[in-house]
Amino acid sequence: MSQAGKAHQNRPLPSHSTQSRLQQHADMALDSLRRLRQAPLSSLMTISVIGIALLLPTTLIIAMSGLARLSDSIADSSQISVYLNPDVSTEVAMNLRAELLMNEAIADITLITADQALAEFREYSGLGNVLDALDQNPLPAVLVAVPASTDPEQAAQLLQQLQNLPDVASAQLDLLWVQRLNSISTTVQRAVWALGLVLAMAVLFVVGNTIRLAIESRRAEILVVKLVGGTNSFVARPFLYTGFWYGLGGGLLSWLALMLLLAFLSGPIGQLMTLYDLPTGLQLPGLPVALLLVGGSALLGWLGALLSVLQHLVAIEPR
Amino acid sequence: MIRFDQVSKRYPGGHEALKQVSFELDNGEMAFLTGRSGAGKSTLLKLIMRMEKANGGQVLVNGKNLNRLPARQLPFFRRRIGVVFQDHQLLFDRTVFDNVALPLQIEGYGREEAARRVRAALDKVGLLRKEKLNPVVLSGGEQQRVGIARAVVNRPGILLADEPTGNLDPELAAEIMLLFEQFNQIGVSMLIASHDLSLITRLKHRILTLDEGVLISDTTHSAASTVAPTESQRP
Repeated sequence: MSQAGKAHQNRPLPSHSTQSRLQQHADMALDSLRRLRQAPLSSLMTISVIGIALLLPTTLIIAMSGLARLSDSIADSSQISVYLNPDVSTEVAMNLRAELLMNEAIADITLITADQALAEFREYSGLGNVLDALDQNPLPAVLVAVPASTDPEQAAQLLQQLQNLPDVASAQLDLLWVQRLNSISTTVQRAVWALGLVLAMAVLFVVGNTIRLAIESRRAEILVVKLVGGTNSFVARPFLYTGFWYGLGGGLLSWLALMLLLAFLSGPIGQLMTLYDLPTGLQLPGLPVALLLVGGSALLGWLGALLSVLQHLVAIEPR
Repeated sequence: MIRFDQVSKRYPGGHEALKQVSFELDNGEMAFLTGRSGAGKSTLLKLIMRMEKANGGQVLVNGKNLNRLPARQLPFFRRRIGVVFQDHQLLFDRTVFDNVALPLQIEGYGREEAARRVRAALDKVGLLRKEKLNPVVLSGGEQQRVGIARAVVNRPGILLADEPTGNLDPELAAEIMLLFEQFNQIGVSMLIASHDLSLITRLKHRILTLDEGVLISDTTHSAASTVAPTESQRP
C-alpha cells in the first residue's frame, strides 16, 4: 500500500513553465472575449450600463475640477478696494500708497485718484451728463491693494488692518463671493464623489449579476472541470477575465461618450467664458484621466466578477 | 491503493447507502463492483472520489485518509484518479480533442506536450481521426471512448468507471471492457461498477457484490470463494 503510494508520487510532473502558464492565461482571456462576442447584444448591453454609470460621475468630476480651477484663478486676482476719505489730498494718498507698499501682506497697490476715478466713470458708465450737473467730484480716491496671500483668512486680516487706517473711509474685499463659490464647490464635490461611489457599486453589482448568470449557464462544465481536478481558481479564471473585459469595454465606452459630450459642449462653454472675460477655456482631460477611467473600470469589472465567483462558484461541487 | 475500513454512508434523510463496507484493492488490481441499482455502487465510487464523505469508518486512497483530506487538496487528489461515467460527461461546446485535453489544461501542461498526450490517448481508444469533431456527432460507443481517453490522458494510477457500458449494446460493451483490460495490463488499478453480470463474469476478474449497502460477496476468479465481508479485509 505505502509502496504503491510512493511509486505513485514518482510519476513525472508536468512542466509548469512560466511560458506555458502565460500562454494558458492568454488563451483563457481570448476565450472569454470570444464568448462575449458570441452574445453581442447582451454583452453590449452590460457594457453600455457600465459605460453610462461611469459617465455621469466622470463628467461631474471633470466639470468640478474646471470650476475649481476657475475659482482659484479668480481668488488669485482678488483685490481690496480701499476708499479714502473725500478730504484726503492726492499727495497724502500717494504717501499712503508708498507706505503700504512696504507692507509685506500686500503684493501690489495702485492709486486711483479722485480725478482718474471720475474720468473712468465718465467713460464707462455712460452717465457723463449726470456728472456734469454736479458741482464737485463725488468720487473718493481709491487704493487698490492686491494681497500677497490668496488665503481668505489672511486677506480678511489685511482688510481689517486697512480699514483701521486713519484716512480710510472704508475697505472692501472682493472675495466674499469667491468664498461662497469655494464652499459650494466643496459641497458639490463631495456629493459628486459620493455619487461616484454609489455608481461604482452599481457597476460591481451589474457585473456580479451578469457573471452569476454566466456561471449558471456553464454549470455542467464547471462540474466536469471540478471532477477532473480543476481548482477553484482555475474554474474562476475565465469568469474573472469576462468581468475584466466588461469593465474595460464599459470604461472605453464612457471615455468615448465623455469626449463626444465635451465636443458637444465646448462651443457654448467657450462663449460663456468669453462673456465673463475668463481666461480658462475648456480643458480636455488628458491621457492620465483616460487611463484612470478605463483602468478603474476594468478593475471594477474584475472585482464584480470576483465577488460573484466567491459567492456562486465555490458552491458548485460535484455530487 | 484503495482501502475501505468499516465504511458507512448515510444520506441526509436517513437512507443508509453503505453499511460497514470493508475491502482492499491492490496496486494494479482490476475488480468489478456489482449489485442491483440502488445497492450502493455509485455511492462507493463517489466516496473514493471524495464527492461524498463517509459517516463512519475510513477510506484510504493512494495512502491518503480521505476523512482528513483538506478541501483545498481535493483537486490535486482527484487528478490522480481517472473516472469514466455512464453518461460520459463530455462538453459539447468543444471538440473531441479539447474534451480530452481538459485534465492536461487544468494541470498546466504546455501546448505541444498536451497535444502529444491527447493524441496518444485518442489513438489508444481508436478515435485519433475524429479529434476535430464535436462529440455530439459521435455514436454512444465513441462518446464513451472519448470519456475514457479523457480519464486516462494524465496517466492516473487508478481508473474508476460507473456503469461505463450501461447504454451500449453487448458488442460495444465488450469492446469497452477490453480497453479497460488493456489499461489494467499497463499497471492501472481499476474498479468498474456494472450490473451487467453476464458480461463481467465472463471476464475472470475479482467481483465485489453489494446488496442494500452491504458487501455480500468478494470473489476472486481463481479461488471462487465467497466470504462474509467483515472477515475479508485482506482478501
